[in-house]
Amino acid sequence: MKESVYSICGMCAVRCPIRVEVEDGKVTWVEGNSNDSGMGTAICAKAAASIPFQYDDQRPQRPMIRDGARGSGKWKQVSWDEAYDYITDKLKTIIAEHGPKSIMLTDRGGPFADLRKAFMKAIGTPNYINHDCTCGRNANHACKSTYGMGRTGFAYDLKNANHIVLFGRNITESFKVKEVKGFLKGVKNGAHVTYVDPRVTNTAGKATRYWQNKPGTDYALLLGITNYIVANKLYDEKFVKKWCLGLAELKKFLKPYTPEWAAEETGITSDEIKAFCHEVDADRPKVIFHIGWLYSRYKDTFYASRMLNILNALMGNTEQTGGLIYPKTPKHADSSGLKSLSADIPDVKEPRCDSCDSDWDWYDNGAGMLQLAYDAIDTGKPYPVKAYFVHRHNPLIALPDPEEQKRILDKLDLLVSVDVNYSETSWYADIILPESTFLERDTILRTDKGPKPGFSMRRKCVEPFYDSKPGWQIYVDLAERLGKGEYMPYKSIEDIWKYQLQDTDVKIEDFSATGMVKLCDSPIGTSDDNIKFGTKSGKIEFVNKTWEDKGIESFKPYESPEAPPEGSYRLLFGRKGYQTHGQSTNNPVLSQLLGSNKLLIHTDEAKKLGISDGDTVTVSNGSKVGSIEAQVTDFIHPEAVFMLHGFGTDVPAQERAFGKGLADNAFMKGKLKDWDKAGGGLALNETFVTVKPAA
Amino acid sequence: MSKYYVTQDVEQCIGCKACEVHCKTKNNSGEGAFFCKIMQVGPEMKNNLPVLDFVYMACFHCENPWCVDACPTGAMQRRDKDGIVFVDQTNCVGCKACMDACPWGVPQWDVETGKVDKCDLCMDRIDEGLEPACVSKCTTGCLSFGTPEQASDQKRQDFAERILSQKA
Repeated sequence: MKESVYSICGMCAVRCPIRVEVEDGKVTWVEGNSNDSGMGTAICAKAAASIPFQYDDQRPQRPMIRDGARGSGKWKQVSWDEAYDYITDKLKTIIAEHGPKSIMLTDRGGPFADLRKAFMKAIGTPNYINHDCTCGRNANHACKSTYGMGRTGFAYDLKNANHIVLFGRNITESFKVKEVKGFLKGVKNGAHVTYVDPRVTNTAGKATRYWQNKPGTDYALLLGITNYIVANKLYDEKFVKKWCLGLAELKKFLKPYTPEWAAEETGITSDEIKAFCHEVDADRPKVIFHIGWLYSRYKDTFYASRMLNILNALMGNTEQTGGLIYPKTPKHADSSGLKSLSADIPDVKEPRCDSCDSDWDWYDNGAGMLQLAYDAIDTGKPYPVKAYFVHRHNPLIALPDPEEQKRILDKLDLLVSVDVNYSETSWYADIILPESTFLERDTILRTDKGPKPGFSMRRKCVEPFYDSKPGWQIYVDLAERLGKGEYMPYKSIEDIWKYQLQDTDVKIEDFSATGMVKLCDSPIGTSDDNIKFGTKSGKIEFVNKTWEDKGIESFKPYESPEAPPEGSYRLLFGRKGYQTHGQSTNNPVLSQLLGSNKLLIHTDEAKKLGISDGDTVTVSNGSKVGSIEAQVTDFIHPEAVFMLHGFGTDVPAQERAFGKGLADNAFMKGKLKDWDKAGGGLALNETFVTVKPAA
Repeated sequence: MSKYYVTQDVEQCIGCKACEVHCKTKNNSGEGAFFCKIMQVGPEMKNNLPVLDFVYMACFHCENPWCVDACPTGAMQRRDKDGIVFVDQTNCVGCKACMDACPWGVPQWDVETGKVDKCDLCMDRIDEGLEPACVSKCTTGCLSFGTPEQASDQKRQDFAERILSQKA
């Protein structure tokens, strides 16, 4: 018997709409949900690899409690009751001594985090934090400090753009299905694509202009570009006059940063910079400067992203076809939105452990900042943090310096991992609660923004293959056992869906036909009437006084990146289109496509070091040393070396991936504390390593 | 040539290998066996730009297949009604003669069964009026499935439209 279920993928954080075929209780087919016209039946390799993952025995199969030292890999399998008892007993002791605020949780954010936020609020702690310090924080805050809204406040109309400018945004490899389809439509329609990256990626192969800048000089290049655009009035004067504040200050600040200056700093000639500026002038307003996604790279990345935001404003591309468009919300379709599961839970009055509501209050405290929470665990200030829930998040591979992280984690009384994988962090936890895979679980409803706003539903397609539970059940059960059941009084997922939908006219059964509900029949178009910014002035603030009052300057004078010490290289990382960071390297099928990572090194440097393509080399930074195969290439800047992220796992239960390649973050010694204080993003490209032929 | 034709718009391919995994998960090819594969060529610098392409390689389903001629047991066959070349697993003895014979490395060795298997254009899907897995779920839509006549018409149409857009 064959059934078809509309759902939402969970193999990466993009969460594409899908259709799943199930035959005799087994998943046989996963494709895009063609009811979403941007998807069609298209879907990526990772989504298809959810089928072998579903039936893999190298994932947690039942709750496990540590039966040896942390990280020893000695586990005792227990029942869910025993697991819950273990957690609640420990939590009750911690709460009695330190209060509920000493509990924190991290996850990877996204549309389903509302459930975890509600759980944290229900048990009385303000310490919900997501992964974003290693992802889009700088870009988010850069957008907030100029436009007064987060980075997802705009959608990019790539398919209609005349010019797409990507600073390291590897849009064809670190891709979202709908976004990359839009990008390729733009390419097919003849859009210019300018791609800037010290390494040639697949995206460079789609570009009409590729700039290999010196690593760490994005900000310099952007200063040179903006200088020339402002000095020569190659911008939308009408838009800027109407909507932007601080042009005179910007112009004054940019004065020394001529294209000639930028050429010296970046290695891109001034003629090329000028030609680019004239090209975008001709192409605007249909010009998109991507403000960055995983833009947690250098110590001035916030300012690079801020300049990208300013360039968008100069192009006058707000709410323009081929530019930056407001994703329409249920409100635009005259509908209420989903009710937050936190809505009826009393506010938590305690301050946050990461101080994003006090010392760092220009940061968006909805996402928090994990590196600051680590400080709290380490120092006990502003107060002790003793319990940490890690929900399908893997800080030991995402954040720098796992050794340092483990030293800090050792100060916890309880480390709980809720995961579908044996991640580096779950392997270090006190207890692993196996969450059902996305094919096995229902999830809370999500809001879909866009021309036709609406909601969509992830449905359980098959029964759990092992003794796992869906996330909603785990947190509802734990709240109940901690005496907070009144705040999460749900007996079933339907109870949760009904709660979420209570202010709308939508019913649960409305989702059965296509997995989604649209709140209007025809797309809501763009209109200048929609233009509105979230800043205090209601304008785009090149100079943001609110942030300046907190000590965050609007324009940061440029400082050259540190040159690699003699014999060292700047360590860069990235990913492939058939890989989800560290989550997929042990996948039964994806591991056949990509078994290990390699170290990319420039031909000239390899020659100096006596390294040939395919040689094993030793990479080191201080006490961290490892071996990896070298890939010698002309297509990386000579100052840098590169490895794909997510390899080199030390978790033996990941038998296919164990010991294959190296983990870039393990070389980032001391970098947990060395980050961009203005934007909050970690500086993941500020590490130097030495390379030599293996003995 | 079978009556079907899979074409690839190389400019729209991003090398994401979704086709390989769609094929593997549909056809359960053995470990390391890929009925279709994306072959990367480049990068190399041309006119100051890095050029790199991804070329889709599956089976051409030849009119006079070398593999069928080479097969001593009749396991490798050509379907009468549409020319799809496929392996009847019950008759394959794992001699690898087809692998030697095929100029394009199409027949794949299955370490688990000790036999050869290959792309059959997902003929079970074709018989249901569907497209092969690789085409149906291609991330970017760069793969197309049809007949040679359709592909030729499409090419002419694309060319004609480019002339129009240049005029505009």
